[in-house]
Amino acid sequence: MSTSNLGAAGKLSSAGGKFPEPAAKLLSGWGRTSPTVARLHTPAEPSDVCSLARQAGERGLIARGLGRSYGDAAQNGGGDVVDMTRCDRIIDVNLAEGTATVEAGISLDRLMRTLVPLGLWPAVSPGTRYVTVGGAIGSDVHGKGHHRDGTFGSHVKSMDLYTPGLGRLTLTPDGTPEEFWATMGGMGLTGVVERATIELLRVETASVRVDSQRTADLDSTMAVMSERDSHYRYSVAWIDCLARGASLGRSIVEFGEHASVEDLPARRRSPERALRFDPPKQVGAPPWVPSGLLNRWSVAAFNELWYRKAPARSTGHVVAASSFFHPLDAVDGWNRIYGKRGFLQYQFVLPYSQSDVLRAVIERLVKARAASFLAVLKRFGPANPAPLSFPRQGWTLALDLPVSFSGLSGELDELDELVANAGGRVYLAKDSRLRPDLVEVMYPRLGEWLQVRDRLDPQAVMRSDLTRRLPALAGRAKPRRSGRTFELSALSEES
Amino acid sequence: MKDALGSVGSVLVLGGASQIGVAIASSLAAPRNATVVLAGRHDHSLADAAAALERAGAGRVVTVHFDAADFASHDRVIESAADAAGGDLDVIVVAFGVLGDQQADEAGGDGAVRVATVNYVGAVSAGLAAARQLRRQGHGCIVALSSVAGERVRRANFIYGSSKAGMDGFFQGLSDSLAGSGGSVLIVRPGFVRGRMTEGMRPAPLSTTPEAVAEATVRALRDARAVVWVPGPLRAVMAVMRHLPRALWRRVPG
Repeated sequence: MSTSNLGAAGKLSSAGGKFPEPAAKLLSGWGRTSPTVARLHTPAEPSDVCSLARQAGERGLIARGLGRSYGDAAQNGGGDVVDMTRCDRIIDVNLAEGTATVEAGISLDRLMRTLVPLGLWPAVSPGTRYVTVGGAIGSDVHGKGHHRDGTFGSHVKSMDLYTPGLGRLTLTPDGTPEEFWATMGGMGLTGVVERATIELLRVETASVRVDSQRTADLDSTMAVMSERDSHYRYSVAWIDCLARGASLGRSIVEFGEHASVEDLPARRRSPERALRFDPPKQVGAPPWVPSGLLNRWSVAAFNELWYRKAPARSTGHVVAASSFFHPLDAVDGWNRIYGKRGFLQYQFVLPYSQSDVLRAVIERLVKARAASFLAVLKRFGPANPAPLSFPRQGWTLALDLPVSFSGLSGELDELDELVANAGGRVYLAKDSRLRPDLVEVMYPRLGEWLQVRDRLDPQAVMRSDLTRRLPALAGRAKPRRSGRTFELSALSEES
Repeated sequence: MKDALGSVGSVLVLGGASQIGVAIASSLAAPRNATVVLAGRHDHSLADAAAALERAGAGRVVTVHFDAADFASHDRVIESAADAAGGDLDVIVVAFGVLGDQQADEAGGDGAVRVATVNYVGAVSAGLAAARQLRRQGHGCIVALSSVAGERVRRANFIYGSSKAGMDGFFQGLSDSLAGSGGSVLIVRPGFVRGRMTEGMRPAPLSTTPEAVAEATVRALRDARAVVWVPGPLRAVMAVMRHLPRALWRRVPG
């Protein structure tokens, strides 16, 4: 969801100066909660980022892509925000090596429409194509293949990063491991990604062969996933989070593989047909929806219907890759169905040894009747070396919650504590309300990350509403500011 | 920084010893141990309020000197409060005000001018300074403690009532001026509040408490409302009162 008339402006004439006058824009994340106003810049060239960063005001600067992070990671109230989506060129595709070099503002949607017909597929595809490559790096996104393929960052060969402290750096996992991995999942706080070279997967078709299985409760869901997912590239369980009692945790578990040409009917086996990637045109969600439309009755009815219509077990079902990977992309602006007050997504990961905590969290969410569409359960493979990357080995659960549900704040604060005490963590790219005191517990390598950040951005020019809401992410770096002093009496420091 | 569910990181109370102001700060700060800055004139009453807030669960409480009638200092006080809070003020409560003594003030002296100066002129000056802070940070909310007394000014307390009427109108306009800035205003119109300010007075019907005002304010902030009456039914009552004939309205007792 773009906030400006991207693309239309093109390059600016000299009459307007090098940059257009930045517009004051109310920006929010995908959850549409806590909007703030910032000066929005829309550079046409990645190299413009350098001068924008130098001119940034007291409140710093952050890069923004397509605004798909749920919370406030790409907002910067009172400061500068650089919308990178005009920097969307494909610079080079190396068919021999299976890599592509692109500007950071390109969306995975555009990338896939270009590359899939060539038989190339991004090594990691998250639940939506409407993320930019820069955003995928900043959040170190994952997909249904994490147990096999790891995160997006594990397939980045190199990237150019503008850093306020050291200027433009070319980072690679072998040459500059500290800077490279601090940027993966670094929430945009080490600098602005200008371009990246990413690894691609070779595919024969734009289809996926899906096996699925309906499970009756949480134990069988977890057992099925644990037994079967090593045999598949992709796996995910859609949990009905309103089912209670003996049905708690009932799910549809899906496994997928890129389909081979032989999986397709004979008439679709020509390379052009097999690799045609043409997701349906988006249907728009209605612009205005009453806040209470999604309540526990309407959602329960939806979930029940959805669970009942799935077969107990099916194999070899071939579907368009877009409907397997990005089912919600078919509806433009689906986030609006939660009404004016918006919604949030709670996603956490727990080590495999803590499956009883996973059950306890699901039980509490069910008991609180926090209405939610299907929640997503997945097994993560090993973590990568990035200090702030979210995925670690274990179970991850993600669910959407309307914020109009009263008592949600206290309930989630308690769940945060359960998750943190069990060695788990909450995903910063989805977060909009984490308990600030638990950031360091959930991300124990934060100190190590801050040391690298202090090198790349000693004055903390890179800042966002996320760093204001969770000050632990800002560290102790002294932001640029004027030298006023006032008499204040601190009655007590920390309580 | 306010989060998706309305939890705040920092609150500034202008009129930091005000019972209602402290009750609001307490309700906002307690669940997440947020920072509170209390700005007021009397160090000892600020210290008492700060101690109460800490007991209630506020994370860090800082006090700063503030005089509603010292207009030139308002910008500086708000900037220093923001510095003390670590950068941003998520909620700024305009809680200062004096009641005066209607009969004595009518008879002479500078009491009436003092009520008007603090309650109205002070609110204009501090309100504008607060709005400038919200514009700088691109978000935040001003909570303006108005009064039902300003809805239709009564014979029995027209000096105080008119100062609140002016203040209420000012914040309605300020609210509109902040559209598109990321900042907003919540006007709180309590009825008779049983507390220190009204000690010894006979409570009017539909009277309320500082805690009830705080609870209603927190809910209204979460729902992004522009105006809240406490208790709620006062809104309907005052809609009727507005249209009472003057001869009758004049006799409504204080």
